[in-house]
Amino acid sequence: MDSYDAPELTPRQDASSRLKDFFIGATPLQKRLESVRKQTSFIPTPPRRKIPQGSQLQEDVDPQKFAVLLHKQWTLYSLTPLYKFSYTDFKEYSKLLTAFIAAEKKKGLAVEVGDDFNIKVIFSTLMGVKGTERDPEAFLVQILSKSQLPSEHKEGKVLWTGWFCCVFGDSLLETVSEDFTCLPLFLANGAETNTAIIGTWFQKTFDCYFRPLAISSFNLSWMAAMWTACKMDHYMATTEFLWSVPCSPHSLDISYAIHPEDAKALWDNVHKTPGEVTQEEVDLFMDCLYSHFHRHFKIHLSATRLVRVSTSVASAHTDGKIKILCPKYLIGVLAYLTELAVFQIE
Amino acid sequence: MSVLRPLDRLPGLNTATILLVGTEDALLQQLADSMLKEDCTSELKVHLARSLPLPCSVNRPRIDLIVFVVNLHSKHSLQSVEESLCHLDAAFFLGKVAFLATGAGRDSHCSIHRNTVVKLAHTYRSPLLFCDLEIEDFRAAMAQRLVRLLQICAGHVPGVSALNLLSLLRGSENPSLEDL
Repeated sequence: MDSYDAPELTPRQDASSRLKDFFIGATPLQKRLESVRKQTSFIPTPPRRKIPQGSQLQEDVDPQKFAVLLHKQWTLYSLTPLYKFSYTDFKEYSKLLTAFIAAEKKKGLAVEVGDDFNIKVIFSTLMGVKGTERDPEAFLVQILSKSQLPSEHKEGKVLWTGWFCCVFGDSLLETVSEDFTCLPLFLANGAETNTAIIGTWFQKTFDCYFRPLAISSFNLSWMAAMWTACKMDHYMATTEFLWSVPCSPHSLDISYAIHPEDAKALWDNVHKTPGEVTQEEVDLFMDCLYSHFHRHFKIHLSATRLVRVSTSVASAHTDGKIKILCPKYLIGVLAYLTELAVFQIE
Repeated sequence: MSVLRPLDRLPGLNTATILLVGTEDALLQQLADSMLKEDCTSELKVHLARSLPLPCSVNRPRIDLIVFVVNLHSKHSLQSVEESLCHLDAAFFLGKVAFLATGAGRDSHCSIHRNTVVKLAHTYRSPLLFCDLEIEDFRAAMAQRLVRLLQICAGHVPGVSALNLLSLLRGSENPSLEDL
């Protein structure tokens, strides 16, 4: 099982495999004791992540374009690198994909590329959705319904949207050769059947593989801490957590809503290192919430499973669903999701 | 003080006692049942506890092996185990303590990272076993393994002692852990 052979247990402190640094959960005291025992000069590598900064959008990007990405519920998938994908062949891809979708919908009948269909597929690049210069450009795929009357030229209704992106995917980019394009994160909104059809076409054309990306409770608590840490001018939504209690016959759901300013105040008390988040701070933040709840309701939330986290920045569900609310921190949210996707691929 | 000591009672004739400590009552009960089903030349006694310290009033036999069961889905179980560890005499950690982590199979349910438990076991110099106690076959295999471990810790296997076994198990561990 892959979870036992995680790459983070590499013996050497390899600077390029930063992933392992994020997951070591020992307290600094244990590490210091260990280094004293062995009398070695041990450079501690506690897990830390950067708090998403607000100013990572590039200046020449039109914020209107991001409107299509916000306030929609996206289902997450991780995607292996695409073979021989080219950003210049978008028209070609549109035609092929349109024909493929029409063929799938009318299984058994012959379909010609270029025929008039009642749907249209559009590929477009999303400028600015990337972390560093090395990251490949993100692109968007939309299925629009074409109106039947030739006199009407306005755009049809969007039936399905999906986009591929890579934000700070350095650890994956380094391992991959020239012919491959690395866009490990795929987000889809729309009917499941369409997602499946598009997925099949991409898998056949570019020899890649999609896998649904589930977010574990561990990662959800990290997201809660990181998003609470983001500075916001005004809060649009309350900070809400949802836990699922496993009990028969039906599982119980416990929902805990906090005023976002209170959550931020709690985080500010817990947070010590400027600009970074460590494992201890996340644990302490969550422990404060748990002990507060326990004091009032005598229920140990730490024995239940965190299923959903919702803040003014974004909201995430353990099944791999995400909704991004704040354009300022879009890159930060995507960076963490890309990291999870890359971890799942490796 | 109700600190548990390994050698404060006399051993029973041909008896081996194991203490399973953990917050997951159902899993512990199932594991205990599986262990008792195993064929064993010694007489097995399985005690279950949610946490240490154990109540003083009960008359119990000498405990040969303590297994702390941590459920990776629940932070509460880890916290409870960490608190219980304080109530053990240091002599227990010479081969008579083991950690068992369950729930690693369902990664999306995990709220503790696997490395946290690895670190815990490493700090206490005790072996760490992984087993999904919810799956019957894995549980039966682990029960077999624990029975064998228990027999060695109780001294019923000639030529191998608990301390011997500890150094054998540690040798086969991932050597990179020594660097951490």
